Amino acid sequence: MVLAVSQVSESETRPGPRRVAGSSAPAARAFQADRFLQFIDVKKSYDHKTLVVKGFSLDVAEGEFITLLGPSGSGKTTILMLLAGFESVTGGEIQINGTPITRLAPYKRNIGMVFQNYALFPHMSVVENLAYPLKVRNLDRRDIDSRVEEYLSLVELSGFGNRHPAQLSGGQRQRVALARALIFEPSLVLMDEPLGALDKKLREQMQFEITRLHSKLGFTVIYVTHDQTEALTMSDRVAVFNDGVVQQCATPDVLYEQPENAFVADFIGENNLIPGTVAEIAGDRVRVTLAGGQEVLTQRGDVSGTGTDCIVSVRPEKMFIKPSDHAYDSEITACFIVRHYVGDFIRYYFELPDGSEVTIKVLNDLAAPKFDEGQNAQLIWQASDCFAFRAT
Amino acid sequence: MSEFPAYFTIWHKIGIYALRFTAAAVLFFLILPILVIIPLSFNSQPYFTFTEGMLSFEASAYSLRWYHAILENPNWILAIKNSFIIGFFATIVATVLGTIAAVGLASPDMPMKRVITALLLSPMIVPLIIIAAGMFFFYTRFNLVGTFPGLVIAHAALGVPFVIVTVTATLSGFDRSLYNAGLSLGAGPLRTFMDVVLPLIRPGVISGGLFAFVTSFDEVVLVLFLAGPDQRTIPRQMFSGLREQINPTILAVATLLVIVSVCMLVTLELLRRRSERLRGVA
Repeated sequence: MVLAVSQVSESETRPGPRRVAGSSAPAARAFQADRFLQFIDVKKSYDHKTLVVKGFSLDVAEGEFITLLGPSGSGKTTILMLLAGFESVTGGEIQINGTPITRLAPYKRNIGMVFQNYALFPHMSVVENLAYPLKVRNLDRRDIDSRVEEYLSLVELSGFGNRHPAQLSGGQRQRVALARALIFEPSLVLMDEPLGALDKKLREQMQFEITRLHSKLGFTVIYVTHDQTEALTMSDRVAVFNDGVVQQCATPDVLYEQPENAFVADFIGENNLIPGTVAEIAGDRVRVTLAGGQEVLTQRGDVSGTGTDCIVSVRPEKMFIKPSDHAYDSEITACFIVRHYVGDFIRYYFELPDGSEVTIKVLNDLAAPKFDEGQNAQLIWQASDCFAFRAT
Repeated sequence: MSEFPAYFTIWHKIGIYALRFTAAAVLFFLILPILVIIPLSFNSQPYFTFTEGMLSFEASAYSLRWYHAILENPNWILAIKNSFIIGFFATIVATVLGTIAAVGLASPDMPMKRVITALLLSPMIVPLIIIAAGMFFFYTRFNLVGTFPGLVIAHAALGVPFVIVTVTATLSGFDRSLYNAGLSLGAGPLRTFMDVVLPLIRPGVISGGLFAFVTSFDEVVLVLFLAGPDQRTIPRQMFSGLREQINPTILAVATLLVIVSVCMLVTLELLRRRSERLRGVA
């Protein structure tokens, strides 16, 4: 209990749980606690009428990299504000190491935060920006100097210490913001779309940078973004948010390959969503009659019962056009519309008898077939790559 | 002058010249009375007009005797001292209160923002004579009439609106996430305000303070109502000087005031440029 309190106090001597560098594979991680950070049925309303966050629950293990992913207005940034203490919760509780922090002032939570627009103090030099959290904690002058130097080199900005934020490029400012959020060794670091203002190349570089620091220093990250590539590549787990509720929280591969509902299937990556009706449920397999009358076999998603409306989802890269060497257990006939040459692959558009559209990605090799407009083709796939979800 | 558009007719051009003439004339009549007192204050004769000697630039026609007269007259010395003392304290009170008010009004969860703003800005709009009369009767109850604290409070009330207006303007460009950043780094609200918010809004605070000082410095109505003989300020002394002993001492004081005002305007302008530069890069 004493340790639990010191985790969220201003104490500087807290024994930080620094993990050994290079242990980034999730399986290799021996988490000290699976429930380092807990959201328990957290609710937030700004106007006392509508809930922006409706009963958010999530357990975060120590050292984990969790991303909150969702369209804008889904409540993901609000979660961050509640965690940082800039907004107060309407209901529920947030705990760190079993201690509720909901009644703790933001400046006593010892949580690092990287802001969307960096929020560097423009009137202070880089060194002064980095030293600020240490100065506030009344650290010794010499300790501050050496720590600032250490973190400057950590983000590869040694020699930039005397510049002001205005004299730095976007990527450099982001590094300073990162270093400032880490320099007081918080156990928890929040990042609110930190790479949103950077161009694509810089963004990829910074993604690498953040994951490098994360695996080196071992802090816990709650990362907010609407960029799913960012979410999938950086995170241990991704919580997909919509409408103030977590739709699914899982590792990136599970999220992509085994979505739990139609929203996640649609939101993560590209997907074909074909309407149909449940004809038969047998164990984890479902037979679906598509709106156009054809029958296919799928895995059971969250469909409830026979006769209900459902949506069949198949990834464009999991569908093939006959003739093909790939094994299959579902086959439908569709009408060719057009094909788009993308480069490394070719994208085919087909129309099903009920009018819904299907996209297929085919690797750009000699086997890529050619069709005339309106020509019929046989599309095939494995039932194990296909899900039936409740229609929303 | 010659870069009129090709489609201009003679009437366009006449219109343009008429406009320029009017503008110059207005400027002339506004500025001339202020400028003319400067040479007159160096008059060696006790007149308010240019003597023949002055017009022919004879050295003997000019003197500093009216400036000496200020220094020799204990009334003037007292008035100058009072003006600075009252102005100084009124400025401090107005700046502190006005800044706090502006910061509060800028907060997103401030209730009744419009009503409170209007109330705080009212001293700028309500006729001075009404404020003066009201304060006179109110202060009598607290024995504040004829005291320095009374005048300081009264002048601070007049200065607060200026501070609120300038600080609010600076705060409108202030990024609230900087404040949140301060909190997240472990600094309490007060420390964050002193270390982060105040340095960034300082230009607004200082220019508001200067406005408050000038307001107090040339204020005469409240002084007439509330000040006793011990609290006479420069404007009050000039006012009575005009009626009692007409001599160019007033002009010498006025010249000094013009110099003070010019210095303040220059400071304001420099501050404005600095804040623009800061905001441009922030």
